[in-house]
Amino acid sequence: MAEQTKHDIIESNVGLLILLIVLVVSVGGLVEIVPLFFQKSTTEPVAGLKPYDAVQVVGRDIYVREGCYNCHSQMIRPFRAETERYGHYSVAGEFVYDHPFQWGSKRTGPDLARVGGRYSDEWHRIHLLNPRDVVPESNMPAFYWLDRPADASEIEAKMRALNLVTFKVDGKPPYSDADIAGARKALEGKTELDALVAYLQGMGTAIKTAR
Amino acid sequence: MSDFTSGFWSAYVAVITVVSILACAVLLWMNSRAATATGEVKPHVWDETLQEYNHPLPRWWMGLFWITIVFALVFLALYPGLGSNRGMFGWTEVNQYEEEIAQAKAKYDPIFNKFLQQDVKAVAANSEARQMGERLFLTYCAQCHGSDARGAKGFPNLANDDWQWGGEPAPIEQTIAEGRMGVMPPHVQLGAEAIKDLANYVRSLSGLPGDSLRAERGKQSFQTAGCIACHGPEAKGNFAMGAPNLTDKVWLYGSSEQTIIETITKGRQNRMPAHKEFLGDAKVHLLAAYVYGLSHGAAN
Repeated sequence: MAEQTKHDIIESNVGLLILLIVLVVSVGGLVEIVPLFFQKSTTEPVAGLKPYDAVQVVGRDIYVREGCYNCHSQMIRPFRAETERYGHYSVAGEFVYDHPFQWGSKRTGPDLARVGGRYSDEWHRIHLLNPRDVVPESNMPAFYWLDRPADASEIEAKMRALNLVTFKVDGKPPYSDADIAGARKALEGKTELDALVAYLQGMGTAIKTAR
Repeated sequence: MSDFTSGFWSAYVAVITVVSILACAVLLWMNSRAATATGEVKPHVWDETLQEYNHPLPRWWMGLFWITIVFALVFLALYPGLGSNRGMFGWTEVNQYEEEIAQAKAKYDPIFNKFLQQDVKAVAANSEARQMGERLFLTYCAQCHGSDARGAKGFPNLANDDWQWGGEPAPIEQTIAEGRMGVMPPHVQLGAEAIKDLANYVRSLSGLPGDSLRAERGKQSFQTAGCIACHGPEAKGNFAMGAPNLTDKVWLYGSSEQTIIETITKGRQNRMPAHKEFLGDAKVHLLAAYVYGLSHGAAN
């Protein structure tokens, strides 16, 4: 029998094997993920981008709750076929306030990255409650239950959590104490529909869509 | 990509990438030199009699691995990847996009500009422009006005030659480019009875049945309650205010007494979003011509 080779040493030593595997597997993450935290384009908001206000935060949570991301992406790729229809392609700096991001990977419905301002508030209301009322060909489900009071009970905690996970801009977190204190008042009398429409109407408006 | 917060990160990416590729190459080279003979049996035994061979790595597999290493090095030399290095081709995602746009502009701009310089009525009569307009309409307008342009409750029918803001080419083009904000103020202060009178009067204007006594009273208050400020003394509407003509048979929100009472009581707000920035002058012009043509016979 041959003397023990290096291969035999690694194969018969579980601790060493694990260590080497971790080393190899981590290369991809070290090179492709870690540097993203030290890039300006991914950590700084694009000019004009504002943090979501209290109503939009609640609206965004409804967007997530209803699983809108299952059918709608929020990511316009830099191809003419996409920018002609949706507007300027998406850039990383537009998503610094998105936790978790809603880029999505499937388009049963159209991309929504720049839906803000494209339709009237009233259109969104009608369309969310029953899409067929305005687009007879639509296969989007009706979200008829949205016309009910929005849940404001956890808004302060949500905003504080977003402060923790968002990069500071000019040394400041997205929400000041005054913002958080005023959140509940801003949500007074708002329905889930109001909140969701406020979120949708703000989407992608920081970058002008001229082409 | 002077995008990193410090120069360190560029070197960090480049060094780890190159070192890991070279480490693969070294590992491969060492393995191909290891004296492993076909048929050699590994020393460990389990389940009483099971043992495994230690064959050398297959040549085809080794060959593929070497090819991937060469491919990676060539790729990193040509394309961006090593930190801030741009690669010999100078390729970027944005470059590629802009090139695609430039090609499309060179191809399509002359067509769009040809129509931009023509009068809306002339464009509306051109069948090529109509086809282009229809495609644009289906992409950008059909969500509200419907794929047949006949609208829906709250979204005007564009095919019937009845206009809130004017049906001449200039106001149509302005509506698309700048958008419109239609506001009917709420008139709840008039009281339920007076509003019901008004609703009956408004219905009678377009020949719909109703209580003639109420309609007569409504006629009086129409003149005194402020309705004429926007809809005019004869209720024919006003393009400048976007106030609809109440004497025709076209109803944006519906003609039932109940709907009209709701409209008068709560008012209505209606917004057409602006499209100039999004679509540009040439597409707005084509769309204006398409919409104009819908109700001026050009579509037939």
